[in-house]
Amino acid sequence: MELSPLLLILILPFVASLAVVLSPGASREPVTWITGLTLLACLIVTLSLYPSVSGGDALRLQIDWIPSLGLNFTLRMDGFAWIFAALVSGIGLLVVMYARYYMSADDPVRRFYLFFLAFTGSMLGVVLSGNLVLLVVFWELTSIFSFLLIGYWQQSQAARDGARMAMTVTGMGGLALLGGVLIVGHIVGSYDLDDALRSGNLIRSHSLYVPALLLILLGTLTKSAQFPFHFWLPNAMAAPTPVSAFLHSATMVKAGVFLMARLWPVLSGTPEWFMILGIAGMTSFVLGAYLAMFQNDLKGLLAYSTISHLGLITLLLSLGSPLAAGAAIFHMLNHATFKASLFMAAGIIDHETGTRDMRRISGLFRYMPITGTLAMVACAAMAGVPLLNGFLSKEMFFAEAVETHADSWLDTAAPYAAVLGSALAVTYSLRLIHSIFLGTPPESFPREPHEPPFWMRFPVMFLVVACLVVGIMPAQTIGPFLHVAVSSVLGGAAPEYSLALWHGFNLPLAMSIVALVAGVLLYRVAGDYLERSERPPLFGRIQGQRIFERVMVAISWRWAHLFEGAFGTNRLQPQMRLLVAVAVAAGAVPLLASGLSFGPLGNGPTDFAFTGLWSVGMICAVAAAYQAKFHRLAALALLGGTGLVTCLTFVWLSAPDLAATQLVVEIVTTVLILLGLRWLPKRSLDVPEPGGWRPRLRRFRDLAIAVVAGLGMTAISYAVMTRTPPDSIAKFFVEKAYSEGGGLNVVNVILVDFRGFDTLGEITVLAVVALTVFALLRRFRPAPDSIERPEQQRIQRSNDEAEPDTEVGATKAEYLYVPSVIMQWMFPVVIVLAAYLFLRGHDAPGGGFAAGVAMAAGFILQYMAAGTVWVEDRLRILPVAWIGGGLLLAAFTGAASMLLGDSFLTSYFRYLELPIVGKVPLASATLFDLGVFGVVVGATVLMLIAIAHQSIRRLRAARLEEERQRWN
Amino acid sequence: MELTLAIAIGVLTGSGVWLVLRPRTYQLVIGLSLLAYAVNLFIFSMGRLRVGAAPVLGPGGAGDPAALADPVPQALVLTAIVIGFATTALLLVVLLVARGLTRNDHVDGREPN
Repeated sequence: MELSPLLLILILPFVASLAVVLSPGASREPVTWITGLTLLACLIVTLSLYPSVSGGDALRLQIDWIPSLGLNFTLRMDGFAWIFAALVSGIGLLVVMYARYYMSADDPVRRFYLFFLAFTGSMLGVVLSGNLVLLVVFWELTSIFSFLLIGYWQQSQAARDGARMAMTVTGMGGLALLGGVLIVGHIVGSYDLDDALRSGNLIRSHSLYVPALLLILLGTLTKSAQFPFHFWLPNAMAAPTPVSAFLHSATMVKAGVFLMARLWPVLSGTPEWFMILGIAGMTSFVLGAYLAMFQNDLKGLLAYSTISHLGLITLLLSLGSPLAAGAAIFHMLNHATFKASLFMAAGIIDHETGTRDMRRISGLFRYMPITGTLAMVACAAMAGVPLLNGFLSKEMFFAEAVETHADSWLDTAAPYAAVLGSALAVTYSLRLIHSIFLGTPPESFPREPHEPPFWMRFPVMFLVVACLVVGIMPAQTIGPFLHVAVSSVLGGAAPEYSLALWHGFNLPLAMSIVALVAGVLLYRVAGDYLERSERPPLFGRIQGQRIFERVMVAISWRWAHLFEGAFGTNRLQPQMRLLVAVAVAAGAVPLLASGLSFGPLGNGPTDFAFTGLWSVGMICAVAAAYQAKFHRLAALALLGGTGLVTCLTFVWLSAPDLAATQLVVEIVTTVLILLGLRWLPKRSLDVPEPGGWRPRLRRFRDLAIAVVAGLGMTAISYAVMTRTPPDSIAKFFVEKAYSEGGGLNVVNVILVDFRGFDTLGEITVLAVVALTVFALLRRFRPAPDSIERPEQQRIQRSNDEAEPDTEVGATKAEYLYVPSVIMQWMFPVVIVLAAYLFLRGHDAPGGGFAAGVAMAAGFILQYMAAGTVWVEDRLRILPVAWIGGGLLLAAFTGAASMLLGDSFLTSYFRYLELPIVGKVPLASATLFDLGVFGVVVGATVLMLIAIAHQSIRRLRAARLEEERQRWN
Repeated sequence: MELTLAIAIGVLTGSGVWLVLRPRTYQLVIGLSLLAYAVNLFIFSMGRLRVGAAPVLGPGGAGDPAALADPVPQALVLTAIVIGFATTALLLVVLLVARGLTRNDHVDGREPN
């Protein structure tokens, strides 16, 4: 597949973020250069694609992902996506340049650039996605990486809270967006963006239009911090300033308005669209500007101003006129330029003076005239002063606000709201300029300010020059690019608009003048008041943040506790009871609904011996259940009885493989539980059996549940067993076992060949369990009453001490001497048995599982015969090496077939002629089985000796105790 | 024969369920083992009961597929037996460690008042 430039733009940031992680050394220079060069490369590739999109066509790249579900990895770049990709990578580049000087030496910059690059990649993904689901995936990625970026200074509580709030609000929106996109996909029948863009009429007339619209707008309005979800943005200001400059100018918040513009041809034009976006946009526009006036934190002012400007964009999009949509796109670009430069200027001021509190800074122009001039020009652009880009889009906004689009109160209010919001924007811009740069400097700054290094100021300068150039000569600079972008959104029918500075004296110009004059007057009248006020009047008390926190506390704490109190329990028994009851009910409901009937086969001929066998088995089971509380050893023996009967049943019913495995597993299980019994409490006779009617009732209820469960199982299994079996996949396995798997033992071939991947998973589980057991026992602390020597050893010991001519410990050493000698002699025999079981496994009953457990049993026999210390002095078993080697062997055998061009775990086989031995089947599946064998041996032995080894722990504790007694 | 095995499965299930609902940890270990037998037999019986038929083909792959015992449930049960051993071991060790920490062998880690 040739590397398409679209894919390159998207992949570069992610690859570079990996490179940042892997780059050696702690130096900050290499990672900064990697990041900067990557973004430069993205920018260059994007710019080079302009000829392909300028004609109105869209570049497409489609890689099939899950085509059956309509999910494809589709990238798509038209004029609108192009201008955004250029904006994201361009401003990203400037921010990196700036961050190189901004980030302090103590900050872990590698993490910063990692998140920054990944975020840029995600944002480019949102912009370039040609599939709606893919777009949501990238959308969520931007939420996650913005969370990490906002919380970059993780030591600060404010950063963590701000990050969490941004994540919660935008993440919730993302979830809603996914829902909306799925509905749109359902309506259109495809998730492809092009298909969706073509189906505007279909979507708008569909009955699911309103839910889809609500969900999508929930996603975009939360992302763009629009009323009533605006509160997360000011809290996100705890992020490092480069992050704010990037996230809140060109990216994150722009993603919301980007998507609204993207789907504008599909979703707009309906009363619902107009009302929701109109109200949200207008409120954000005016309220954001109003609250911005009262901020004392420089970045806080910029944050509220961002809410306000995005409100303006939303309002423009709500109107449903192509001209307004064009103006919205233009303002997105303008806002990105002046807001990024202002954030960076704010960062410089913070950096140089050590504070962002506007009340503590003034007269800064004297110290940093160049930065001051740049910030003032950017502020003027923000206020919409002529000759700057902000003026042009604001002018278009006024023109659109005056037009009547839909006859409603909202439309009537629009021009007044527009003038009001713009006047407030003038006021807060003036306040920023006046209180920071003008006036007399305070007695002392936290730090003596001076001009920053040239390259830290360069990005600000670049953007401010862009504001000026676009503002003075719009048609010659941004004009053609904007035209391509707007016409790609509006589907070729771009409206006639003129990007000129002077349209003659008309109503919009009059509104601009009114807004400017009113804003200046307002600042003259109320400037001092703003400077002194702590909290804005009227809306100061309505704090979205506090509501958010209340809701969070209610959901994640109070309701959770209520819920837990109502439905939870710390006690295991009620939970188990519930579980069993639900299982019984789940089985009973379909049984009762469709009736229970037995099949035509009926009860086959019954061998008397079989019935007798199971009589014993059932008695053992019931007796084990009865005895398990007080007579543990007896219960274990009885359990073993049932196990043996099960094993014989397998023999009887033509399952020799199962019988062999069950037999060896039975042995090791018994040994294991015996070893465990050592650490369980002895029966204490002084604890009385609880009497009274309550426990009795409880036991009766449990008995009833048990009886119902048993009866149910009997009925179901009998019903199944008497039916003729359906055509199962067994036939396939039986027919192919020899021809394709090269084995005669079908069960084994299924395990190591046909379903080899399952088996690989199962031995992995086995390995994990064994390691868990080992880990749990490494720090095992037995209960105090189990530390003492077992009673039998104590008796033997006291006998030894009583006899004058026996050494202490002699009886124990000779205890069960004959069996232990036999067990030691049996070791090679067991090994041969295991090898035999393994080697014949492919063609006859046996195989890796049975052989592995048999081998493990051989090892544990040695422990039982000679004791832990003796064995561990002479035999190093290294079970973890067995496990690891086995897993690797199994996996590599599977992977080897991939080298030969087949899929994972394809097996090969042939017969090998060996001298003397004769024909030996040699399948690659045998190697796989060897891996299984290794894991089973390792895991079983690890578990058994981990628990057997605990007896040494007692010895150590006991030895210390005895020494202490001797010295006393 | 089918009836015998069905009843046996029922009895094993019943005994297992009864033990699983008991308060002592050791009862839980034995109960789960009994349940494991019952479940293994149940899955095994899904291939129907065949006497005197092995799931092993004759030399050279000869043999009538219809005459063989169903190998699929057998393969399922075979791994289940080994995994069952592993989970029993894990449960046992968790209970031993819990007893070391809580000084009692009640499933809740503390004696009911």
